[in-house]
Amino acid sequence: MELTLYKRKKRFPVGQTVMHLCLILWALTTIFPFIWVAVSSLKPSAEIVASPFGIPAHASAQNYLNALNRFNIPKAYLNSLILSGSVTIVVILFGSLAAYGIARYRFKGKSLLNMLLVASMMFPAFSVIIPVFRIIRNLNLIDNIFGVALPQMGGNLSFAMIVLIGYIRSMSNEIEEAAFIEGCNVFQIFFRVVVPLIRPALATVSIFTFVWSYNDLFTQLFFLRNPQSFAITRLLNEFSVSQGVPDYGLLAAAIVMVVLPVLLVYVFLQKNIIKGMTAGAVKG
Amino acid sequence: MDSMIYKRKWPLVIFLIPAFALMTVFIFYPFLMNILNSFQKVGSLGTGPVPVNEAGDMFWTGNYEKLFTDKTMGVAVRNTLLMMCATVIFQVGIALLLALLVDSIRKGAQTYRTIYFFPIVISASALGLLFNMVFLYDGGMLNEFLLRIGVIGRDELGNPQWIDWKDRSHAFFTMIVPVVWQYVGFYFVILATGLNNVETDIYEAAAIDGANGLQRIRFITLPLIRNTLITCLTLALIGALKVFDLPWQMFPKGIPLNSTYLTGTYMYQQTFAMQNVGYGATIAVVIALMGVAVSQLSNLIFRPRDI
Repeated sequence: MELTLYKRKKRFPVGQTVMHLCLILWALTTIFPFIWVAVSSLKPSAEIVASPFGIPAHASAQNYLNALNRFNIPKAYLNSLILSGSVTIVVILFGSLAAYGIARYRFKGKSLLNMLLVASMMFPAFSVIIPVFRIIRNLNLIDNIFGVALPQMGGNLSFAMIVLIGYIRSMSNEIEEAAFIEGCNVFQIFFRVVVPLIRPALATVSIFTFVWSYNDLFTQLFFLRNPQSFAITRLLNEFSVSQGVPDYGLLAAAIVMVVLPVLLVYVFLQKNIIKGMTAGAVKG
Repeated sequence: MDSMIYKRKWPLVIFLIPAFALMTVFIFYPFLMNILNSFQKVGSLGTGPVPVNEAGDMFWTGNYEKLFTDKTMGVAVRNTLLMMCATVIFQVGIALLLALLVDSIRKGAQTYRTIYFFPIVISASALGLLFNMVFLYDGGMLNEFLLRIGVIGRDELGNPQWIDWKDRSHAFFTMIVPVVWQYVGFYFVILATGLNNVETDIYEAAAIDGANGLQRIRFITLPLIRNTLITCLTLALIGALKVFDLPWQMFPKGIPLNSTYLTGTYMYQQTFAMQNVGYGATIAVVIALMGVAVSQLSNLIFRPRDI
């Protein structure tokens, strides 16, 4: 009741309907391409070109079978899962340890560390990739999923730490004090008291890190060349480069297969995702 | 802060070392090394620089001299600057418009938020392929749509006069649209959150003083969310420098005729395909410098003010 009252006062004098129409128009540009691709994926290529907006004459899963036959998609999913999973776990563990140290301790050089963190968030991946390539090659990790994972971990840590430092600073340290008086050492305090308390922020950071790592094509292009090592995003890039007459049905099916897992995750976790991906920005 | 727990400093080493070791190896050291490489002649990826005496003894500034004579680099820089303008005007502009609209409707704000944000979590690889199909010459979604609403005509034989969205005159537009479209939802969420935090009393006062809707937006809403808006503009500018995946997916190797390179995609091409790693490093330095310049400039122009 209160809410409607306040909204009415705040309203600008354009009809609600007109405003909804404008908003729905943009929503359509967001949703329609995905629906269109999903429908197209059920048609043969020739039919996609002949009647782009038609309902499939004989809906079939043939495109999906072709995609599964021609490309090792389950393997690419597995690679993606290992890649993004390991990046997320390491970023969360190392990031929260360091964030705790920076948020709670006083030490010389702390402002320098803070500056480095902010600066490294600004570095585009382009400006480090060449020397990183040399390192990964010396480690013999080209064409290895961990050759992509290591640079991604480095690249995500600063964002994770900035979010977590902010969160830890906003908590009072009374519970930590109590645990200390009970006889816990500082590591016990970290794992048993601090980690459970910062779980919401950890969830936010993990989702962001996972999605970013799953989607990052640039790093994967550099380090993955052998199809056996492809993660799903890299594999999809191959689809568009493959020679010959493009098979649009196959493309549509591939797009659906890549988007679907993300869509499912998004539907269930969207509040956390939106909060997480804008967290760094809103603070600033 | 001065609690007894944190008096002994040695555990700090264990807290900090893992993260900062990783960042040193994969961010800080490579960043410095890249600056050094930009002054050297480096052939193929993964090899070290050519020794100075073999590269010609005065090679130090060779890569930088090349920047100024390289026409494609000029195109890439111009495209990147245009990309920045497009993101600032359209990404933030559309986002602001949508946020103002959502702020004044009574129902459904959360639904719009969920829908608008969705493209951001989709990989640019998938979006690139999707937009390739949208902009397809024959049977593409956009051409077919334009034919149906009558924008695209037919010639004497009755064949539709399709628009080639990837030819020289349309390519840049075709590249920018998906990039802008993808991130509108991101700035929309930031701005909508900012608008939500504006106190409602102030609108009542303005209404009593007889301000109309547009006046309220211009003189109350916009000044109040100024800092949020500036954050968005700065993020959009820096974001434009980092764009890679979508353009590379849709316009690999700067097709047609090197006209669609951005600084990022051109750096990749020089490094990876052309094996000019030293020059690639130089372009990477230019990208980093552009980032610093842009953020300093936007700080200067839109200095945050307290209201």
